[in-house]
Amino acid sequence: MIFGIDVASMVLGGLAAGMVLFIVSVGLSVTMGLMGFVNLAHGAFAMLGGYIVVLAMKSWGIGFVPALAVGFILTAAVSIILERLLYSRLYKAAELDQVLFTIGLVFIFISAVTLIVGPENQPLFIPDALRGQLNLGILHYRTYSIFLIVVGVTIVLGLWLGFERTRFGAQIRAAVDNRRMTESLGINIDRLFTITFAFGSGMAALGGGLGAEFLGLDPQYPLKYLVFFLIVVAVGGPGRVFGAFYAAALIGVLDFALKKYLPQGGTLFIYVLTILLLLWRPQGLFGKSA
Amino acid sequence: MTTPLIETRNVGKNFGALRASHDINFQLEAGARHALIGPNGAGKTTFINLLTGVLAPSTGQVLFKGTDITNVAQAERVKLGIARTFQINRLFRGLTVLENVYMAISERVGAAPFMLRPAGKRRDVIDESIELLETLKLADYAHLRVSELPYGRQRLVELAITLGLKPEVLLLDEPAAGVPSAESHIILDAVAALPKSIGVLIIDHDMDLVFRFAQYITVLVRGAIFAQGTPKEIGANADVRAVYLGQATHG
Amino acid sequence: MSAPTSAHEHPAARALAGRHRIRLWEIIPWLLAIAFYFAFPRYLGFGTELLVTILFAISLDLALGYAGIVTLGHAAFFGAGAYTAGMLAFHHIWSEPITGLIAAAVVAGAVGLGSGLVLLRTTGLTLLMLTLCTMALLEEAANLGGHYTGGFDGLPGIDIPPLFGMFEFNPLYPRVQYLYVLGVLFVCFVFVRTLVYSPFGQSLTGIRENTLRMHAVGAPVRVRLIVCYTISAAIAGVAGALWAQSNAYVNLSTLGLDRAATVLIILVLGGYGRLYGAFVGAVAYMALSHFLSKYFPTAWQLGLGLLLVVIALFARNGILGIFETLQRRIGIKRPSP
Repeated sequence: MIFGIDVASMVLGGLAAGMVLFIVSVGLSVTMGLMGFVNLAHGAFAMLGGYIVVLAMKSWGIGFVPALAVGFILTAAVSIILERLLYSRLYKAAELDQVLFTIGLVFIFISAVTLIVGPENQPLFIPDALRGQLNLGILHYRTYSIFLIVVGVTIVLGLWLGFERTRFGAQIRAAVDNRRMTESLGINIDRLFTITFAFGSGMAALGGGLGAEFLGLDPQYPLKYLVFFLIVVAVGGPGRVFGAFYAAALIGVLDFALKKYLPQGGTLFIYVLTILLLLWRPQGLFGKSA
Repeated sequence: MTTPLIETRNVGKNFGALRASHDINFQLEAGARHALIGPNGAGKTTFINLLTGVLAPSTGQVLFKGTDITNVAQAERVKLGIARTFQINRLFRGLTVLENVYMAISERVGAAPFMLRPAGKRRDVIDESIELLETLKLADYAHLRVSELPYGRQRLVELAITLGLKPEVLLLDEPAAGVPSAESHIILDAVAALPKSIGVLIIDHDMDLVFRFAQYITVLVRGAIFAQGTPKEIGANADVRAVYLGQATHG
Repeated sequence: MSAPTSAHEHPAARALAGRHRIRLWEIIPWLLAIAFYFAFPRYLGFGTELLVTILFAISLDLALGYAGIVTLGHAAFFGAGAYTAGMLAFHHIWSEPITGLIAAAVVAGAVGLGSGLVLLRTTGLTLLMLTLCTMALLEEAANLGGHYTGGFDGLPGIDIPPLFGMFEFNPLYPRVQYLYVLGVLFVCFVFVRTLVYSPFGQSLTGIRENTLRMHAVGAPVRVRLIVCYTISAAIAGVAGALWAQSNAYVNLSTLGLDRAATVLIILVLGGYGRLYGAFVGAVAYMALSHFLSKYFPTAWQLGLGLLLVVIALFARNGILGIFETLQRRIGIKRPSP
């Protein structure tokens, strides 16, 4: 019984972290699947969102949830500008140019945040209603973690509906599967991509705000978690919403469990697992085969 | 009967539910001048890919001089003497025309793995490259980067690279597509000047070229062999005219 | 039509045949390096670091610039070499510097071979991820290897015996280190230069330019890539070992994403696939960062970010590429290095 509760609390904690990972990474996954663009600056949008949330709560005194909405909207707006002005020039460029460009962008974000806000960690104060413990019957668990799981599951269901039931979603799915074919059907891929990119960046901002409580928020954020975001995309398969969801949940729970039972070398294990998985299936668990 | 140079037995290829080709029994004899025609999407390039090992067949066997090479990798088949040109140019665009041809010849003569001797000291490879370029009327462009050439000339470089491999089986995938008609004879002349023992298979939409070149024609429709015969027989075949030649006039 | 020329006299043939010849200006970097030794005795520590960085960037150029392997994890090999030389000396197993370099090259080369065997089957995002993961894996292993690797703090105070039993490594006046590193850099450079002008080097360029065509001319593409990656890794390992020996310590910074990204930036800044891009990029980057990052660290990072964005968008061939374009504009005909 004690062991069961242990496992349950581990799974819940891991899932909560995994949901944040999913919300941040899903946009990256879809844009990579759609354009094959290696956007190493995706974490910078998550960071931007986190900062907007913290600063909006502090200086405007608005609540956590409205601040998340502000973070989503502002980050999406910034990303549209960057996409139209800069990213769009590099869609057909070599991978290396995309890598360099996005690393450069990360540096610009890091130094801009350091200059404007400062190098120190920004604490996020979540509202009282989300603090404390929630009675789940068999065990008490942190309300905020449960909140994150609910939000994450809601989002994945919402995205699923959006992808499966709307015209726009169908166009994205078609474009991920066969871009040339979709273009020849007269669908404007550029516009499709701009909207997806903005939405994905907004989601990253949302994840940045939601996760700031336990991931922290400092200028090094985009580099610190880059490998994890990329692992989620690669393991889930670029362009796969559910792939990203399962991969993020898996990695969240694994990381949580390993930190508990194997505090030395837990991360090592995740790297090894990722390498083995990508060797077995280079296109990721749910990706289309080459 | 002699063993054909290259032969397929019941070869087929599926992409998921799509049958790109099926039940192809095909033979290319030494010295053959053979053409493969068919409407768009008939699976002609897929068939070339099966012969060269770019794709592995879903069913059937590929044989080279009677030996099963179904599981032999692409690069190994090139070493055996099977070479092809691509429908869309695949060239080293940033390198000069000479370097493009050098690359093929240096692989063929086994110079390529050497690390400690300059490429420029292989005069044999350079000289052979220049001679080959001269036969294709490309020598004047040898110093230019491929990306600086007009498309028609790039097509010739595509052919030059392939001829540099001295193949026994030469597969030409629409070699004259995009070449100005005033220059397409260079390609045919080059093929005509090849040793008689080579087996050549050509895919082209230009019926003039096909009927001038080929001694034997295979018609592929929806992934399967529809008809085979001499140009005369194919030209007189009413079914072929219906599915292919008729379509070509308004396509 | 020009008059028929025999194959030997054809200008393109002559250019190819003479491509590998040493040009007069190629002596300049080495003269500058020697001049630096006499002119700036107080900056020899900086100079040593610079030379190590050049060697590291050259190793990356072989994989990235010539063979076109886009990697974010090249520091894995730098670190493998640094830890090999550092651990051998720190634990008093083997501390003679030159054989230490060879051991580092062997270990880093083995890591390159092992990882190359598996990850060079992939391309694109997967390859990028795998190089990143391999490096993160080694970094984590070095972090956890407490007793052997010194864990998070690394191994301080490595004792290196005198070079050839005569020349002492003095941490305050790194004259010996500077000349030692310069010598090793020269030997490695000559090797890499020979390699890139060889038929093998030519075939690597072919793989970078058009992999599918290389398959179609019968080249064993994967084998070539693995060989190149292994050699590149071994040279990166030598650079790492030089770093450990000349600094007399090793730490996790040799294995991090920071170092991998920096060397990539340096190479791209100078111009990749150009042999001398590593020199130009390292000098430009190190000189700027040495003076700017000390006083304006944030502005430096901002500037670096802007620079990268500009390079990616407008100047894909780096500083040397800009010079080549200018040369062509002015109309000076000279084969690119």
